[in-house]
Amino acid sequence: MSAIGDAVLYLNDPLNWTRTNGLLDRLVEHITISAVATGVAAAIALPLAIWFGHTGRGGAFTIALSNVSRAVPTLALLIVFAVTPIGFGNRATTIALALFAIPPILTNAYVGFREVDRDIVESAGAMGMSPLQVIARVELPLAVPAIMVGLRTAAVQVVATATLAALVGGGGLGAPIVLAFAQQNDGLALAAGFLVAALALLTEVLLVLAARLVTPGPAARRLPRRLRLRTETV
Amino acid sequence: MALLASGATLLAVDAPNPWFSPSYIQDNADTILAALRQHVILTVSAVVIGTLIALPLALLARRSKTISAAILSGSTIIYTIPSLAMFAFLFPYTGLTIETVIIGLVLYSLVILVRNFLAGLQAVPADVREAAIGMGYGPARMLVFVEIPMALPTFFAGLRIATVSTVALATVGVIVGFGGLGNVLVAGFNNNFFRAPIATAAALCVLLALAFDVLLALSARLLTPWSRGRS
Repeated sequence: MSAIGDAVLYLNDPLNWTRTNGLLDRLVEHITISAVATGVAAAIALPLAIWFGHTGRGGAFTIALSNVSRAVPTLALLIVFAVTPIGFGNRATTIALALFAIPPILTNAYVGFREVDRDIVESAGAMGMSPLQVIARVELPLAVPAIMVGLRTAAVQVVATATLAALVGGGGLGAPIVLAFAQQNDGLALAAGFLVAALALLTEVLLVLAARLVTPGPAARRLPRRLRLRTETV
Repeated sequence: MALLASGATLLAVDAPNPWFSPSYIQDNADTILAALRQHVILTVSAVVIGTLIALPLALLARRSKTISAAILSGSTIIYTIPSLAMFAFLFPYTGLTIETVIIGLVLYSLVILVRNFLAGLQAVPADVREAAIGMGYGPARMLVFVEIPMALPTFFAGLRIATVSTVALATVGVIVGFGGLGNVLVAGFNNNFFRAPIATAAALCVLLALAFDVLLALSARLLTPWSRGRS
């Protein structure tokens, strides 16, 4: 129980939050890295998914990418980056996290586009819509729930893996955890672990709510569960 | 190498630092193999223990909507917790031991497995179940001889995802000193960015995941001969 008491004590000391490289600095750092990484990944993956999904091409590539990316440890990529000119620190972390955020966004958005009823797409074309109009007014709105699932999966994963950067000299909320292990400080380990877990859960909840807001029509009330591509289908 | 042969002195920054070095692998075969063995032990024990816990949980979840909702939302929460935070939660109680890593990995594999086991059991067609009851099968016999065999493809899909993710996740165990190939990765990083161990360990991680995946895919084929002709 003393570890929990120490953790509460640590989190209740304002100085632990406000000092340089304190929890607030680390939190801001963590959120910045995660937001930029997810944003960059979305900027790359979404146009690609729209193209693949609209034309029906690239399905095998998308599935292969999502399977391979699961097998590559993020820690390994972070360390491999560290010994290349990319180096280590927050910029390298952001690049590595963005790379790992691409597969979930790409896969879910692609599946969302492919699952749009072909009859609807055909009738949209028959009504005289141009391909761009079909994408913007028919396929995209119908794929929004799946796209949001991809963004949520990616964002939660990015927030979670951003902690690993601390193992290779990076910042973020992983830094106090690594310090806690080095100092065998139970209270700090629990306190920092709690913050990271809370941040990840908060990201999940916020993005579920965001998905409800941006999903058009009554579909908002029946959001799909997290889409998971089974390796079996490959 | 030409420089070395000519007898010129080398600055540390100019020293050759190749990605793949046969001599590194030869000289450190013992270390690499020990790390690989630890990685396999971590992965196999996490997935086996995870399976042993996930199956009863899935059977329990099947009985009522309330239990399945509780198990599924609980598993979402566990899956959302970052691995480093999970190890930090366990650390005050299990310390710097291999158990800390295994418990953490079991929790993550459990989450994937329980969902797939439940999905597999729920996908058994009702008429198959009724036919089994009509033939006089009791609940236990139906589970072992009808439901589990029918759910095997979905079970194995879950096992493959859980195993591949566990191989990747086990590297994080380096934080408590038991990360299998993760130990070699971080050692290379701390050892003046020595590339050979980093590249070797990273490649071995991916190969190990691939090997487990192929092994599980083959076992699934062998165990479900009836599903072979379809696809």
